[in-house]
This record gives sequence, structure tokens and C-alpha cells, in this order.
Amino acid sequence: MPDIGHNVSLRERARRIRRHALRMGEVQGQGYIAQALGVADVLSVSYFHALTYRPNEPEWEGRDRFCLSIGHYAIALYAALIEAGVIPEDEIESYGGDDSRLPMSGMAAYTPGMEITGGSLGHGLGIAVGMALGLKRKKSRNFVYNLFSDGELDEGSTWEAAMSAGSFGLDNLIGIVDVNNMQADGPSTQQLNFEPLKPKFEAFNWFAQRVDGNDIDALVAAFDQARNHPGQQPRIIICDTKMGRGVPFLEARERNHFLRVEADEWQKALDIIDAEPRQ
Amino acid sequence: MRRSKYIRPAWLDDASIERPNAKTSAMIASIAGPDQRTAPTPFGNALARLADSKPDIVGLSADLAKYTDLHIFAQKHPDRFYQMGMAEQLLMMASAGLAREGFQAWATTYAVFASRRAYDFICLAIAEENLDVKICCALPGLTTGYGPSHQATEDLAIFRGMPNLTIVDPCDAHEIEQAVSAIAAHKGPVYMRLLRGNVPLVLDEYGYNFELGKAKLLRDGDDTLIISCGLMTMRALEAADLLEKDNVSVAVLHVPTIKPLDEATISEEASKTGRPVVVTENHTVIGGLGEAVAGALLRGGVHPAGFRQIALPDQFLDAGALPTLHDQYGLSSSAVAASIKSWL
Repeated sequence: MPDIGHNVSLRERARRIRRHALRMGEVQGQGYIAQALGVADVLSVSYFHALTYRPNEPEWEGRDRFCLSIGHYAIALYAALIEAGVIPEDEIESYGGDDSRLPMSGMAAYTPGMEITGGSLGHGLGIAVGMALGLKRKKSRNFVYNLFSDGELDEGSTWEAAMSAGSFGLDNLIGIVDVNNMQADGPSTQQLNFEPLKPKFEAFNWFAQRVDGNDIDALVAAFDQARNHPGQQPRIIICDTKMGRGVPFLEARERNHFLRVEADEWQKALDIIDAEPRQ
Repeated sequence: MRRSKYIRPAWLDDASIERPNAKTSAMIASIAGPDQRTAPTPFGNALARLADSKPDIVGLSADLAKYTDLHIFAQKHPDRFYQMGMAEQLLMMASAGLAREGFQAWATTYAVFASRRAYDFICLAIAEENLDVKICCALPGLTTGYGPSHQATEDLAIFRGMPNLTIVDPCDAHEIEQAVSAIAAHKGPVYMRLLRGNVPLVLDEYGYNFELGKAKLLRDGDDTLIISCGLMTMRALEAADLLEKDNVSVAVLHVPTIKPLDEATISEEASKTGRPVVVTENHTVIGGLGEAVAGALLRGGVHPAGFRQIALPDQFLDAGALPTLHDQYGLSSSAVAASIKSWL
């Protein structure tokens, strides 16, 4: 674990995840930084409240599996894995470079703690279904988490996976959808309207919750409920998040799917994050 | 020539035209000839048997277990069989997930659905990760009369470009049984073309042993070298018998592993002087064994006396009865023999 100790609050973890992500963004001068800032609270609760894992043994059989279906969110997951002590912090400067373990799009073969290769969107949930079936075969009590995006709700394969998870009653599968309502061509609900989302998953036999994905307390309660729900059914946590969360001038930017940030703005963003009160 | 919905079959209105043989219908799913020795469900039997000693084996199908002979495995090992429904993308994703958790996943569907519909999932979720998934698909090439929706005439072309993927096209029941053990022992993704139901028995008479990645010379001859894979090896052997009666001496090199290709054996046989090479495959002329062999020979500086392909045309094929279609597209034994004779 990093040297900031074990009693760090989840808000502080989220703040530091945002900080790591901004520093990686600065290395390349651009990237999916708005998503990383938006999903940092979800990752903080995942890695510092919900998940069982060993930072020094990323392939430990007794770990919970965390699948990142959204390959381009790698910058966010690297930030969480750095904060969790799975990846050394000094690798930040290698982000997206030659010979780096931190490629721009997440791949299982490159990075400790990266369970699957995402990026061809719509793959993660189905792979997670297979892993959940596999864990049950092994009589494991671990969970499989799959983080996917609202854009991936457009993919038919996501719904094949959703229907099968409900059909198999996979109570060891926890889906997390990041609903930031922004995809490559614009607001997600204006591309294909996936709403109403919660009833859709409920109709597929999922235990569904919808929360403010930037509210740490709400997330903790939702993850606890998801893990402890008695029903023999998969669990989905629909997280409404804000792109660029925590850096107001980035939050305000329209069409922020792939952000170009001016050279002097990185430090301004880091200053804002650093000025947050420590909790 | 594709049939037209605007033209009624002439024999319906003209009694003087010979009626088609009602016994040859599009329902005929077997490639076995009427008097041919066959073995039932070789894939299902072999996998069910192998799973007795390999507890990591699981089987998955996308609503086609019965039609890919996987039901034999499912009946023997019901707790190790997963019905994924009619969802081929899910079939591949879930197989990847099970393989990630240490299981050897055997996924079955039809070749059209694996190659055309589920390609991205095989490529990224399975092959890029080099996961231990065996994709075994019925109805390869022209083995059904249902028309292009079911005829995987370009599956080899689609899959040959996929890194890490081993591709196997067995000839008969004997080889399928051996191939199941061999590909189970190979760690990594495999695509195998399946023959299902009552599958012809041909190669046991040749004392044949399947080895992954190896081409095998089944018979030698001086006038033509046939290089073949899959069921076309059976046709090549039959054609060679027919041609022998006309004093034409034909060698048959069977290449059941399309990728990686046994370029050394192919080059060695094709280098023998005076023999033109004829590559025959149950697949379109584009992107299959023929072009793979041609590329290997050119790269290796091997220039045989001639090079021909007996394969399916670059077309969407007709629906109809399988024997009729094999005659029509030149894949029947007599058609193969006639083609070779015409080229000598």
C-alpha cells in the first residue's frame, strides 16, 4: 500500500485517484480525463471498501475480480491501482509511452491488476459472466465486478450477457454502469436512448440500484447492498456521474469525451484537486 | 447461377422433363455416400471420453448442442455443460471468462455464426489473450443445402488472419477423434471445422495418425499432387482411385492443420519434379488452403509444374440437395477426377 496509511477516508482516496489520473493525462497532454475524474469516487469505493485483493499478488486466487470493459477508462483504473499499491506510482510518467505497462487502452497482458482486455466495447459483461460461472465451479465465494459505460448499453452483446446473468442467477456478479451521459458523438441518451435503465435490468432478473455515482456515502450503501442482497440474481449498480468531476472548468466543457487540455491547465486542475480539504 | 423466384421449375409444367430425384433433398445433412462406412458423432464421443480424465473441460453451445454433437458430452457430463442460448457473442465471451478461470472451454455453434457473427469476440476476448478455448463448428464450407445463411464458405479466409488461432479441418471420424485429444493437449485457441452425425471413416485404412501442425502424404503418385484438407481429402482419395483406372497416378497430401501450415512438407512434396499441384478444399477459392499453399510455395521459391485450385466459386451458393450441389460446384469425386484429367 502507498505510504499514506490505512485510515485514509474514501474521499481522500478518490481525491488522490483524480490526482494520479491528472498527472497521467499531463504526460500525454490529452485523453479520457473527464471520465477518470467522473468515475474516481466509484473506483475509490470499489478498491478501498468493496474489493478483496492483495496489492502485491494481483493474481491471488482469493481476490475479487474487477473487469474493466471500457478500455479507454484505463487511465482511471491505473490511477486506482496506483493508489491501491498494485502499480508503483513512478510509472505515471510512462503512461501511454513506448514500452509502458500503462497503455492508453487497457489490456490484460500489459498491466498488473488488469483482469481483461477491454476496448472493443461490449465485451466485459459477457466475459464477467464466464468468470462468474467459473468461480461457482470452483466453489469460490469471490465476486466478479464489471465496470462498463452507458455507451456500452448500445451494444447488443451487453444485453446477451445481461440476459444470461439473470438466467443463470449469478449472485456473484456485480455490474457497475458509469452513466456520465457522454459518448463519442455526444450525450449518450441522444445516441440511443437506453432509459429507463433500472427497470430494464430488473426485467432481466437483476437486483438493480441507481445512485449518485459521485456521492461516496450512497456508493458505500449501494455496494454493501449489492454484496449482501439475499436473492439469487446478479446485481447492478447504475452510477450517475459527472464528467470532469472535481475540476469545475473541465466539468463545464461540452463534448468532453476526449479532452484536449492546454499545457497550463494541468497544473490549474491539480491545484484545484490539491486545494480540496483533506478528509 | 442463382435460381430466380420469378421462374417456376420447368418440370412442374412439362411432364416430358425428368423429375429431380426426390431422395436428394436439402434435408440431407451427411456427406457420407450410401455404402460408406461411418462412425456416429465422433466429436461428441471423443470429447465426452476425454472429459472423464480432464476435469477442467467444460462445454458450451449456443442452442446448437444437438446439431454439433455436443449433446453427447452434455448427457455424460450435465454439470459441465452450459447452454448459452442463441447468443454467439455471449458464447465466446463466456468461454473466454471460463478459460480465464482455468477451465478449458469447448464452444460449439455453426461455422457461419462463429466466423461472421462472433468474430470480434473470438479475436479480442479469446485470441488476443491466447486463452484455452476450442471453437468447434459444424457446417463448414458447403455441407448443407440451406443456402448462404448456413454455408460457411469463407470461414477459413476469415479466421486465417487471426493471430494465435490454430485452425484444423479434419477429414473423417477417425481424424476428428484424434484431433479432439490433440487440440486439448495444445494450450491456446483453436478453431476446428466439424463433421457431425454419421461421419465417414476413411483414414483408418491408411494407418493414419493426426498430428497437430503436420501434413501427411496418404498416397504417392507421379502425375499430379493433390493437396487437400477436410472432407476434400476423402474426395481426393476417391478421385485418385478413379484416375488410377485411367492410368493416372495421383499423390494425395492431406493438410488437416490450416494454421500453422506445414510449409516444409508442402514445399518438399511440391518440389518433386513433373507433378502439377492441385489444391482442393471445401471453401471458397479465396483465402483458404489454396492461397495459403500458393503463398508458401512462392515465398519458398518452389515452382511446381502447374498450380490449380478445386474449391468453391467466389459466389453465394445455391440452396438444394448436397450431392447435387457438390456435383454442381465440382467437389464430388467424379468432378475432381474430371477436372484433374482435363488439366493433364
